[in-house]
Amino acid sequence: MQHALTQEDARLVEGLRAGDEAAFAALMRTYGPGMLRVAQIYVSSRSVAEEVVQEAWLGVLKGIDRFEGRSSLKTWLFRIVANTAKTRGVREARSVPFSSLADDENDATVPADRFLGDQERFPGHWAVPPHSWAGVPESRLLAKETMDVVRREIERLPAAQRAVLELRDVEGLSATEVCNALDVTETNGRVLLHRARAKVRAALEEYLA
Amino acid sequence: MRLDRELACREVVELVTAYLEDDLDAAARERFEEHLVFCDGCENYVEQMRTTIRLTGSVEDELPAELEAKLLEAFRGWRAS
Repeated sequence: MQHALTQEDARLVEGLRAGDEAAFAALMRTYGPGMLRVAQIYVSSRSVAEEVVQEAWLGVLKGIDRFEGRSSLKTWLFRIVANTAKTRGVREARSVPFSSLADDENDATVPADRFLGDQERFPGHWAVPPHSWAGVPESRLLAKETMDVVRREIERLPAAQRAVLELRDVEGLSATEVCNALDVTETNGRVLLHRARAKVRAALEEYLA
Repeated sequence: MRLDRELACREVVELVTAYLEDDLDAAARERFEEHLVFCDGCENYVEQMRTTIRLTGSVEDELPAELEAKLLEAFRGWRAS
């Protein structure tokens, strides 16, 4: 069994099945924060999201014996929390159909005035080109202030864009795993990711200017 | 995804995710990369996007201690049952 599982995942699954608290604690600390963020996308408050995470972990424990490792452990965990949160969102009557959020923006991801107009000699080429960040010291990039800019911008994203960015870029799921966990098509997933990344980049560009 | 003619920067920025996610076909990928060779602005844009992805991946959060405690308690309850 468990062809999608890394050795580490397989070990953690065995640990959970055996009731090993260390295995549970390791999983909870690795994926818990991401699961909480995913839950918050679907429900109205932080406290409800925390309840969703508890409910999801109970689902994980109940289901672990039947987990066959067809997806990675990580994908499975995020799918459980997303489904738990969606169900809860429906009960709260707050739920927004995820698919309807999929592509509600048609604007270009970079403002039109950054490019030369159609009357110019090189239409569509940069009027205000981006600068290289190669000269920005790593210490500045990773400084708390810079990371706060990233975090704040992620929090401002529309729910669907935020969900995709969190799973793909914060949690490091593959594009396919993200689409499976959130139940969106690959095309939709990429559009959402594209818009989300563009906004975070723009916020960083403004901050680092 | 197929591209049929020379790209303008305005188009390059909308293809950057397909490029970085490796969703462009070979011809489109080549055209995209050719553009980067002569366009510093777009080269910088792609570099900024890579840095953005890297920084997003460095966002770290911890579970609130209270929630951790509740989860551990739930685990012990499950194990005892």
